[in-house]
Amino acid sequence: MSGSIGKPTPFIDAVQKVTGQAMYADDYRMPNMLYVSFFRSTESHAKISKLDISEAESYPGVCAVAIGKDIPISFGVLPISPDENAIAVEKVRYKGEIVAAVAAETIKAAREAVEKIKVVYEPIKAFFDPKDSLEVCAPEEQIHSHTKNGKNIHKTAELRFNEPEKELEIAKNKQSGFFKFAGVTHAFTEPHSTLAIWNRDDTLTVISATQVPFYLHKNISKVLGIPLHKIQVKKPTLGGGFGGKSDPFPHEIITAYLAKKTKRPVKCTFSREEVFITHHGRHPTELSMSVSCDDDGIITALDTDIIIDGGAYGSFGVVTSYYNGVLLQGPYKINKFGFRTRRTYTNKHQCGAMRGHGAVNPRYAVEVLLDMMAQSLNMDPCDLRNKNFLPENTLTVGEFRITSNGVRECLEAVRRKSDWDNRYGKLPFGRGLGVACGFFISGSALPIIWNRYPQTVVHAKLDFDGRIVMFSGASDIGQGSDTLLVQIAAEELGISMEYVQVETADTKITPVDLGSYSSRVTFMVGNAAKTATTKVREEMAKAISKEKDVTAENLIFNNCRIHTKDKSIDLSWEEGVEIALAGRGAFVESGYYISPKLGGDFKGSGAGLSPAYSFGAFISEVDVNPNTGAVIVTKVWGAHDCGKALNPLSVEGQIEGSIHMGLGQAISEEMRYHNGQQINANFFDYRIPSSLDTPDMDITIIESNDAEGPYGAKEAGEGPIHPVLPSIGNAIYDAVGIRMMELPITPEKVLSKMKENA
Amino acid sequence: MGLKQIELTVNDFSHPFLVESDETLLFTLRNRLYLTGTKEGCNQGTCGSCTVLLDGKPVLSCMTPTLRCVEKKVITIEGISSGENLHPVQKYLVKNGGLQCGFCTPGVVMTAVPFLEENPDASRREIKEGLSGNLCRCTGYKKIIDALENAAAEMRS
Repeated sequence: MSGSIGKPTPFIDAVQKVTGQAMYADDYRMPNMLYVSFFRSTESHAKISKLDISEAESYPGVCAVAIGKDIPISFGVLPISPDENAIAVEKVRYKGEIVAAVAAETIKAAREAVEKIKVVYEPIKAFFDPKDSLEVCAPEEQIHSHTKNGKNIHKTAELRFNEPEKELEIAKNKQSGFFKFAGVTHAFTEPHSTLAIWNRDDTLTVISATQVPFYLHKNISKVLGIPLHKIQVKKPTLGGGFGGKSDPFPHEIITAYLAKKTKRPVKCTFSREEVFITHHGRHPTELSMSVSCDDDGIITALDTDIIIDGGAYGSFGVVTSYYNGVLLQGPYKINKFGFRTRRTYTNKHQCGAMRGHGAVNPRYAVEVLLDMMAQSLNMDPCDLRNKNFLPENTLTVGEFRITSNGVRECLEAVRRKSDWDNRYGKLPFGRGLGVACGFFISGSALPIIWNRYPQTVVHAKLDFDGRIVMFSGASDIGQGSDTLLVQIAAEELGISMEYVQVETADTKITPVDLGSYSSRVTFMVGNAAKTATTKVREEMAKAISKEKDVTAENLIFNNCRIHTKDKSIDLSWEEGVEIALAGRGAFVESGYYISPKLGGDFKGSGAGLSPAYSFGAFISEVDVNPNTGAVIVTKVWGAHDCGKALNPLSVEGQIEGSIHMGLGQAISEEMRYHNGQQINANFFDYRIPSSLDTPDMDITIIESNDAEGPYGAKEAGEGPIHPVLPSIGNAIYDAVGIRMMELPITPEKVLSKMKENA
Repeated sequence: MGLKQIELTVNDFSHPFLVESDETLLFTLRNRLYLTGTKEGCNQGTCGSCTVLLDGKPVLSCMTPTLRCVEKKVITIEGISSGENLHPVQKYLVKNGGLQCGFCTPGVVMTAVPFLEENPDASRREIKEGLSGNLCRCTGYKKIIDALENAAAEMRS
């Protein structure tokens, strides 16, 4: 590669960010702008029997007050479960749900007016424990009326191949466990913020901190009844997402409604507490899992029963339910395989998609059980895993098409670098090493909203200035997708990155991309960008070949020049542009990506299908204090197969960030509730790792060069989190001989397990 | 409560203001001066994103009443290196990939610049300690710490 593809490349917006010039949603303001404040429920589950907003409406500075019946159309990111209203209609389902919204001249006036709203609730029995939601209840106690059999079960996802239960019944070598995982949240540093502008041509512009401008666009249209062609959603610089900004949110729809109603710009920015209770994070999970092996350590069956606590609304929950199970089909070959996931509604903050969506908790369980299996078979845990890896170019039992697969190289790398063979099982008491592997989708092959369009379209424009502008709906959420677009254009056209600029994530200007979720952007947008810029190059070559009487194929685009091999023709980029535009002017080339048709023809076969899968293996080293129970993760060796690192700086960053987030869930993070009220909705009490908690990290990038990925690339944003947690859990066993089946692994839990063990 | 007339020196320019007596420096900077480089991550003194310099010392602007800043010098991210050149801390954060979403970055810069000026020989461990009040959710801190080590080396030379 002659350009920056494959070279460590600082993000194109890094200088903007480091100087404070990058504009995030809350940094935008408009003349004559109003501010929104919300009146939120103090009940977990209750009918709203009376709501009096009259005093708020007449409060000085107030321009509009919105309540549920103003915008009663329900919505949701998945068209199959649109179970949420922007503002509670008739009843509330969690403490903190929005019951009314005030738009006023100042944020102070809006907040004061909220205090004037009066409400009377008629409490209904509230459900906090997902196990209670599995039971039949009175019809009026159902959290949502659409749930079946009088229970509060949102979704049951179940798949079963080749009767795993029968194998497990007779298996000689079987490991089973019951695991419990607390809910965790994304905790991005930028609070949600939305600015909605009602333009006087009766169009709506929304600038919002979102990972999914397209889905927000669609849902605003649905709820507010504004035609699709009169809405523009723009994503400004985004301060982190991790899945927590990948739903269309009530506050976004309400802010848009208030702009439409008042015909003025309206802004809403959340407090940190509002960020926490808006949540949509990883589901609290309880699961039983069994794995069996033959005497050689070859896995013969896996079966698991999972309950995930969805909270009050659906969000991505149907997908999460499936991902909990289907993403256990790799990286090991398992032919007898089954799962059932039940997602319950409870009267708490809703859960949704978070980095590693659905698969992180079951991954912990299976990797711990395999560690137990290795121990019982007296086999090295790395060796046992090595025996079971899926090969390249194969189908899993549920018909996932595995293409490139570098998991063996990943394991080999961390095993060697950590000096595993000389140190595992041999470190002094209190210190230990643990290993785990993982895999993840590189984009979902199926769109959330069924349609006949491609997954993404990218336009590349060339004009008189010699500049390439890449138009893409892709949402840079800090992962660097804007930089990716520039790198690809520079690579394909043999120009330096300074010739390329981007227009991204604006539903009026840029062709649609579905959003930054399911680790889809590098693979899908990358391919589309490559096609678009290849076509620009071909168009230029065609024009030059005609004018200079040379075969187009003989023209080389390199180093900002266009030349033949013998340099008999040797043009500067600008000269080439001038020839290409002669008689036609600026032109745009388009590239798109459509996933190949994949999967079986059974119900549920679509979940987890992806054009490619990433793989990884991690080893963690821990220091456990047997007196206090405190766990310190001292070093993590992480190897991830991302196909091809288009920007190694960014791939490393994704892996390091995954270690941070995995470490947090493993040892310190937990959404804590008392009667449906979150009691740690701030960064003092919800502890994300600080710089002092961060372990030494040794990152290895494995490049398996996927045949269908752009330049061979696959995902790197989510896959790396999966092995982190179980590698820590397994290292604790090596250190002090206890199996941690419950996360987070707090000092109290460690001490009590050690006592149990003694 | 009530409004007070003050003069506030921000990035070497003195601004006359009317401020609420309970107003925070963060609010004044973002809403009255429209200096939005300083970020509000929590407004509770927990994340470090709003760090600015008050007479050369880092403070959390969300925890600092504006009235307490009168007759002192406030420097924000916009005033680092007079806003014209990148400070070595900024330069290496860019070069080493010490930022992703960038939201915590202004606070990191405002913490790291005075820290490294005071502790030019800081060890990796000491850099971690100096950064411990700045939460970052993207990077796992590794590349931030790498960048600060490189910046320190350049500042020493």
